[in-house]
Amino acid sequence: MQIFDVFLLEAVINGILLGGILALLALGLNLIFGVIDVVWICYAELIMIGMYSVFYLHNVYHLPLALAFIGCVLLVAALGALLHLLVIRPVLSAEPINQLLVTGGVLFFLQAVATLVFGVEFRNVGVSLPALQVAGMYISFARLIAFGVALAGMVAVYLFLKRTYIGTAIRAISQDRAIMPLMGVNPNRIFVLTSAIGGGLAGLAACLLVLQYDIHPAIGLTFGPITFMVCVLGGLGNMVGGFIAAFIFAQFISVGGYFLALEWGYVLAFLFFIAMMFWRPQGILGGK
Amino acid sequence: MKNARWIGLALLAAAPLAGMGEYPLHLLILCLLWAFVYTGWAVMGRLGMVSLGHGAFLGIGAYVVVMGWNHFHLSPWLGIPLALLATALLAFVIGYPCFRFKIVGHYFALVTLALAEVVRLIIIALRDYTGGSLGVTPKTALVNTSWSLGAMQFSSKLVWFYVILVVWLAGLWIWTRVDRSMARLALEAISQEEDAAASIGMSITRLKLGVTMISALMTCMGGVLYAQYQLYVNPESLSGIGISLQMVFGAIAGGMFVRLGPTVGAAFTLLLAEGLRLGLGHDIHGLDTTIYGLMLVLFIIFMPKGILGAAIAAYEKRRAAPRVATA
Repeated sequence: MQIFDVFLLEAVINGILLGGILALLALGLNLIFGVIDVVWICYAELIMIGMYSVFYLHNVYHLPLALAFIGCVLLVAALGALLHLLVIRPVLSAEPINQLLVTGGVLFFLQAVATLVFGVEFRNVGVSLPALQVAGMYISFARLIAFGVALAGMVAVYLFLKRTYIGTAIRAISQDRAIMPLMGVNPNRIFVLTSAIGGGLAGLAACLLVLQYDIHPAIGLTFGPITFMVCVLGGLGNMVGGFIAAFIFAQFISVGGYFLALEWGYVLAFLFFIAMMFWRPQGILGGK
Repeated sequence: MKNARWIGLALLAAAPLAGMGEYPLHLLILCLLWAFVYTGWAVMGRLGMVSLGHGAFLGIGAYVVVMGWNHFHLSPWLGIPLALLATALLAFVIGYPCFRFKIVGHYFALVTLALAEVVRLIIIALRDYTGGSLGVTPKTALVNTSWSLGAMQFSSKLVWFYVILVVWLAGLWIWTRVDRSMARLALEAISQEEDAAASIGMSITRLKLGVTMISALMTCMGGVLYAQYQLYVNPESLSGIGISLQMVFGAIAGGMFVRLGPTVGAAFTLLLAEGLRLGLGHDIHGLDTTIYGLMLVLFIIFMPKGILGAAIAAYEKRRAAPRVATA
């Protein structure tokens, strides 16, 4: 059997494209964890809300898709800030595990609200992009765009953190939460801002995912667990590690799904994750 | 106090004989069953090992027994040891490295969460045998008969009530045994400051592993009983992130640091869910779970000790208050 047949190559390329999206998902979560030291278990549910907002803005209120996307990013960014103010702030000094669980409660809440408001029907924005045919392989155009935008988004966040004053303050807070208030920085404002940026990234991810997937209230469970795995494998809070881990995971899912069934790809990815935890418990690049 | 406990138990045991309807009896059985499972979770959860992956053990318990019965005609009585063995093996494979390499807190929670997802996905991926997401029913042994001991199927809810009552009591007994053991004190020290505990010669890995095994085996048993009682299993309700979080919330809502806390949590969450469902009806889809989710969030923010935990704390504070005043 010829190992490098064209379908395998297609699976590898699709894996790389999927990796871009996963990296974007992980970036938002890592940013929040790195700065606030909280894992948003409900991160994928924010994405779900974002996907619905695109659907409603575009298909129900007939806004142009670009405006719907901007609306989605802004809305989810606001949701992120709200989540921090209403839910995270009261438990900031509580046990770490309560912070984890409280966002788990938000997960149930958002899912239920989506069921209540939007119903359980599968929705689709109905934008279908053509598939690119390159050398006998079919590459989804939507995935290609998603990959490009995800990369651009990550570069933008990187530049923001490195080049701007506020970005520097955010990085400083993530390095030492206790010292910065002594330097006259108000950590609460930084926290809210970071939550909003994390939310905005979730909104961006929602815009990209809405082109490829149907929307339903439980869609978050499709992306949620895998995003946590990516973050932990890369080292919680380590953005570069998360970036690398995203592509490793995506290859497991895509190539594993090519040789076996799609679920087995996920099973392999999770098993690989568990195995890696024993080899490098702090993530592939984690040092803490 | 001691007498009140026995009277309460006697009343509970006699309740179904007083002509309780089928539906309240069903709720009571489910309540005790989940109380047992939540108690099992709390055995390790209260000691700082917060697992978000107990759905894995629940799923293994349910599916090993049902698959054994459906495909190999293996009696659940033989399926149970098999399921317990599989659970113990999995708990060891996951637990040993976790505790050895000091994976705690967020990391432990997320690793275990991956475990629950693995089991759910494997069940779905083996859809040719397990029925995938649609779930599966054990082949019925109740043809021309109302009960079959060999197949562990009873059509009478009364039988199930007493079986599960005994199991629940056994669960509380295990909880108490762990609570009064030296291991509990050691593990509490470990959950506070792992390195300090290790420095005075505590075997962290062995202690943690022991408690994890007990907790996992209890949860597995809960899965078996759930499958045999409901005679229907599906991967979403027995493994994966949803049910795993539900167990955690149940235990926390009631109070995981007191013996009857998880039981109170099970009763509370079940009655809340059923009450909201009955009160609000099926027409407004999702309203009940919306309120449920909201209450969970409020609970963790405002009552982290849980209902029973907070009640006991308030009671003890009131009792202690006059003594402080006179001193």
